[in-house]
Amino acid sequence: MAIPAFGFERRGAPVVAFLRLSDTEIRRVTNIYSPDIVVVIDPTVVRAVDVFAGMPKGGTLILATSKPPGEIEVPATVGRIATCNAIHIAMDIFKRQITNTIMLGAFAKATGLVGVESLEKALEETHFRDAGLKQNIEAVRRGYAETTVLDLGKEKAA
Amino acid sequence: MNKVSTGKVIVCDGNEAAAWGACLSRPDMVAVYPITPQSSLVEYLAQFIADGRMDADLMDVEGEHTVLSVLHGAVLAGARTYSATSAQGLAFMFEPYFRTPGLRLPMVVSLVTRDAVSPTCVWGGQQDAMTVKEVGWIHMYCETQQEILDTIPIAYKVAEHPDVMLPVNVNHDGNYLSYGVARVELPDQSVVDAFLGEKQVNWHACLDPERPMAVDPLTGGAGGIGPSMFVKYRKGLCSGMSEALRVIEEAHADWGKRTGRYWSPLIEEYRMEDAEVALVTIGSMTGAAKDAVDAARDGGKKVGLVKIKTFRPFPAARIAQALSKVKAIGVVDRSVNFGWNCGPVYQEVLAALYALPVRIPMMSFIGGLAGADITVEHFDGVVDRTFRLAGGEMAAGPVWLNEND
Repeated sequence: MAIPAFGFERRGAPVVAFLRLSDTEIRRVTNIYSPDIVVVIDPTVVRAVDVFAGMPKGGTLILATSKPPGEIEVPATVGRIATCNAIHIAMDIFKRQITNTIMLGAFAKATGLVGVESLEKALEETHFRDAGLKQNIEAVRRGYAETTVLDLGKEKAA
Repeated sequence: MNKVSTGKVIVCDGNEAAAWGACLSRPDMVAVYPITPQSSLVEYLAQFIADGRMDADLMDVEGEHTVLSVLHGAVLAGARTYSATSAQGLAFMFEPYFRTPGLRLPMVVSLVTRDAVSPTCVWGGQQDAMTVKEVGWIHMYCETQQEILDTIPIAYKVAEHPDVMLPVNVNHDGNYLSYGVARVELPDQSVVDAFLGEKQVNWHACLDPERPMAVDPLTGGAGGIGPSMFVKYRKGLCSGMSEALRVIEEAHADWGKRTGRYWSPLIEEYRMEDAEVALVTIGSMTGAAKDAVDAARDGGKKVGLVKIKTFRPFPAARIAQALSKVKAIGVVDRSVNFGWNCGPVYQEVLAALYALPVRIPMMSFIGGLAGADITVEHFDGVVDRTFRLAGGEMAAGPVWLNEND
């Protein structure tokens, strides 16, 4: 179940959306205050928003950035970092800094909660405003392939 | 009876679910004017019509007053009609809105509920729908995207029933339901067609060139047949409302047989067996409240929940019966009754419980105004406070759940 938080949107303003995944019925129709996973699709948003707020220990950060995960400074609650140079990929594919579907691929790689094939199937049923299906499928595939995952838990245990 | 038919599974938000519910009900005419958070609903309808998926005339008019006036004409010509609005749009629609039940025009209009301006806000809240609760429209509130879709065909069945012949508002919470995305089962068109059957037109009010008559002539006053005629119409409307309680139950049961989805038609009782205290909820807040009830039960607290689906007509007897055995009640509203300094649902439940021989302590909780969230933690607090109420700790006024958020 997904809940987007709407304000008076304009492109470039920070926005937030929430997603719950479960094999059983999800009843609460509420925002999420302690996210297990945070996906940041714009690398500059961390300057405006505390993206780690409420994250429980062992949380996952998935970040659009050119940096490798080892170079990202995170609080101790984060157990896994995944990074993807999504802006670079977006400029290749869309010629614009639109990272949504690329970061979907990064989400699939970092979490294993959804397969790339399922995402591609869902994209086929989606209407696009700014680009076509072919570009978006390429975006998901490259997002998946070009995401680096680093588990911090093991290093700290050692 | 027909076999249960499982439909195609889609993933959509509440506005799209409403559009599908309308589409499957085959209205002849849809009139629209966009307003947040309803806008995407009418955009979906426009798309369905443009794609040829929906065979309806789309009236894209200049404002909500015209939306409903146009639909009056359509219903008087024998058409099935649909629209949707929110907040200030409903306010602008109010003049024809006021006339619709008196004319006994069956139609379905979704209220994508939003808090009322001012202060200026664009987010969800039930202030708009609660403000028009005394006009004579039937009001049903949905908890999930699936319930939105299913309730729209059910609403046509109720509206067009010869014993009812009244307009129905199917209400869903702005933001949390309108834009919230979930798994939804789309019934086959054949299932909805069989459920709705032949369109029931109010031929008593309908215009017919073969049978010319004046619709809604001047009625009332203090002389002649005026007073008795006026009372006759008013009593007729009240009678239609009372009959609707039964028809709403029948329509929900029929829908359940065909789809396997048996929504509680008037109120839902959740874990009320042996409950010592009860919460009362309405709309999409209910899911979080049920989670809080489960957690409290796991902790050994005997709490239950009554969700109101049908708010007009008010199922007073059912509510009194459901709450008759508890020691305290906490009613959670998503809007404000300014005249009584409490939530409107609280005031209604309070009146319903007068029928009981016992006096049960009750408290009003108000939350989720203008898009604010009502979380499971808020409901944990409501459960705790309601148990304290059962222990004798009274409250002077309502508890504002988001006051310190």
